[in-house]
Amino acid sequence: MILAALEKEGVELVFGFPGGAVLPLYDTLYDAPLKHLLVRHEQAAVHAADGYARVTGKPGVVFATSGPGATNLVTGIANAYMDSVPLVLITGQVASQFIGTDAFQEADITGITLPITKHNYLVKSAEELPGILSEAFYIASSGRRGPVLIDIPKDVFDQEAYFDYNTECHIPGYNPTYTGHAGQISRAVKAIRDARRPVIFGGGGLIRSGASSVLRQLAEKARIPVILSLMGLGAYPGDGELFLGMPGMHGSVTANYALTEADLIVATGVRFDDRVTGKLETFAQNAKIIHIDIDPAEIGKNVVIDIPIVGDVRQVLEELLRKLKPGHTAKWLKQIETWQNKYPIPIGSSNPGGALKPQFVIRELSRLSDEDTIVATDVGQHQMWSAQHFAVRKPNAFLTSGGLGTMGYGFPAAIGARLAAPENRVICITGDGSFQMNIQELATVVNNKLDMTIALINNGSLGMVRQWQDIFFDKRYSHTTLKGSPDFVKVAEAYGARALRATTNEEATAAIEEAFATKGPVLIDFVVDPEENVYPMVAPNRPINEIITGGDY
Amino acid sequence: MKHILAILVENKPGALTRISGLFSRRGFNIDNIAVGETITPGIARMTITVEGSETVIEQVIKQLHKLVNVIKVSNLSNEPAVTRELMLIKVRAETGSRSDIQQIVETFRGKVVDVSPDSMIIEVTGNDDKLEAIKLLLDNFGIKEIVRTGKVALLRGSRVTREA
Ligand SMILES: Cc1ncc(C[n+]2csc(CCOP(=O)(O)OP(=O)(O)O)c2C)c(N)n1
Ligand SMILES: [Mg+2]
Repeated sequence: MILAALEKEGVELVFGFPGGAVLPLYDTLYDAPLKHLLVRHEQAAVHAADGYARVTGKPGVVFATSGPGATNLVTGIANAYMDSVPLVLITGQVASQFIGTDAFQEADITGITLPITKHNYLVKSAEELPGILSEAFYIASSGRRGPVLIDIPKDVFDQEAYFDYNTECHIPGYNPTYTGHAGQISRAVKAIRDARRPVIFGGGGLIRSGASSVLRQLAEKARIPVILSLMGLGAYPGDGELFLGMPGMHGSVTANYALTEADLIVATGVRFDDRVTGKLETFAQNAKIIHIDIDPAEIGKNVVIDIPIVGDVRQVLEELLRKLKPGHTAKWLKQIETWQNKYPIPIGSSNPGGALKPQFVIRELSRLSDEDTIVATDVGQHQMWSAQHFAVRKPNAFLTSGGLGTMGYGFPAAIGARLAAPENRVICITGDGSFQMNIQELATVVNNKLDMTIALINNGSLGMVRQWQDIFFDKRYSHTTLKGSPDFVKVAEAYGARALRATTNEEATAAIEEAFATKGPVLIDFVVDPEENVYPMVAPNRPINEIITGGDY
Repeated sequence: MKHILAILVENKPGALTRISGLFSRRGFNIDNIAVGETITPGIARMTITVEGSETVIEQVIKQLHKLVNVIKVSNLSNEPAVTRELMLIKVRAETGSRSDIQQIVETFRGKVVDVSPDSMIIEVTGNDDKLEAIKLLLDNFGIKEIVRTGKVALLRGSRVTREA
């Protein structure tokens, strides 16, 4: 019955890991046409499904068993919830009569995931299943996307019930608003027309709603520069003429200056995270703010909004595009150009010894990639360097853990991307710390011959934490040096993957070329300068125009 | 400022946990909660009294709306509404003080619902001010225990808070 429902929902692939409580479910998979990717840790199943969902726009589906199987999903679910990724997670539960008795492998997963799912269900009987499954898919993939979990007691898998599946469903308390309020849209048009120093500030909402092309037309027609949050990268081409980069803590100087000096911010599909706004009281003091978002609760949550528009970002931008005329922004764009020339993103500190710079590696990866390349990053310095130096040219092509900042996300997410987009090149940019959080998935990529380049930025430390110790804790490097890391080349080879090592610029370029030319997974261990830090930087809770620059340009 | 929210919610397992969990998770302060059936089967009504500024309350309401089981949220504090709460008070009552207590109870249109050799239980219904006032007066005799239902409220006039 579950597989039949998945088929109705158009699911082609699920990610999972079996166990006692889902034995009946896995038994039906044995001779079903539905594809299943066996991972080596349930956390990887969620992240892979998350990567798959980001690339395809369809909900990622995960199977896991009760108890430890279900609790292993938790980080992945929280991650998807923070980044609004549609997932449907199906967990087995102990048989109904044992629920509440602390039975073997019992965990209250609906209770545990209550605050990190968009909605969840504990199924009581098989009759409820069709209704719950169709609601779950509908809730996960509509409105503001998010993960939905369905917990199914073992005995329910074995029950028979009439299967009447309807992919359309009506839920009384759930009616997302898609069309923006006409009056508010007119006010926005007027505000944009009157602005002299406008910026568009876009985020993940642009990507989820498929608004990239309309955004581009709008920016170019009205001549408004574009700033994208970490989650928004790719919604406007990273090498596009009006692109100012990412704002906030490791944003470009230009983006931060532009937000500070702007007289109008057109915020679309963003949530004004503290990593973006810095000290709230000083954020964008000169600007009127238009905020377009599908989730009314995001509007006015952190920042006071002048023109709120609740709706689907793409639909609202289409309305705006119809009504907008070219703006008077020439002078403003000149000012921005001056900042851009004066403050490019630094490419690394001066380097007499000739050690390999992580920024160089990312720039080479970017230079040698085509515009359809999908990048999945882990979390840390390498993530920020990727955001700064990799020119993401298309939406859904930069997968990163934005809201939760989950080390271990990148590698499984790259697996999901690989399976979602068989034609595109996939690169996982990871760190020596993060990679070890899901390194076991080397077995999955080797076993399934998944073609990808794993670019390991090996700085011998938990670099991002070390950077904070460097700057804010008097260089007291408490537990951030990764002694005892394995030889990553040997580890990859032991799993049966190809692996290369690069310690100089020349080796780095050659290794990337070789990896890109090779079918199947290739790991490159880039041994980089361990002292390198990410700049520019704004200290936490400081005004975003108070920027620590560093390094050479 | 205190706000009284009327929340219509699908009476599904976990629905109340979702709502109370939301309040604690987001740091909203609940003063009290009352829950009960409505005239529509399957739909319960919660009345929640919550403390906070206008912006906080706006955020509370929006977050409540995001819960799939929540059908409607109204802020009754901005409208004329009848608000009531029921309180039971167990007060020390030796034979000598009983008639004094009786008199207070009558003034507040309360009821004596239980009498034992050294105590009485008083039932009284009203708004905050009234309940506080009787509490203060009975305190002179020695209050042993209090229990309150939490506030419930209805809009005045013919308007109703309904699911559609
Ligand atoms: C699961 C998890 N634990 C801890 C952290 C805190 N943290 C943020 S970045 C970082 C260092 C990551 O090290 P590495 O993957 O080597 O990346 P680098 O910063 O060195 O590039 C840590 C420990 C986190 N984000 N996620
Ligand atoms: Mg590292």
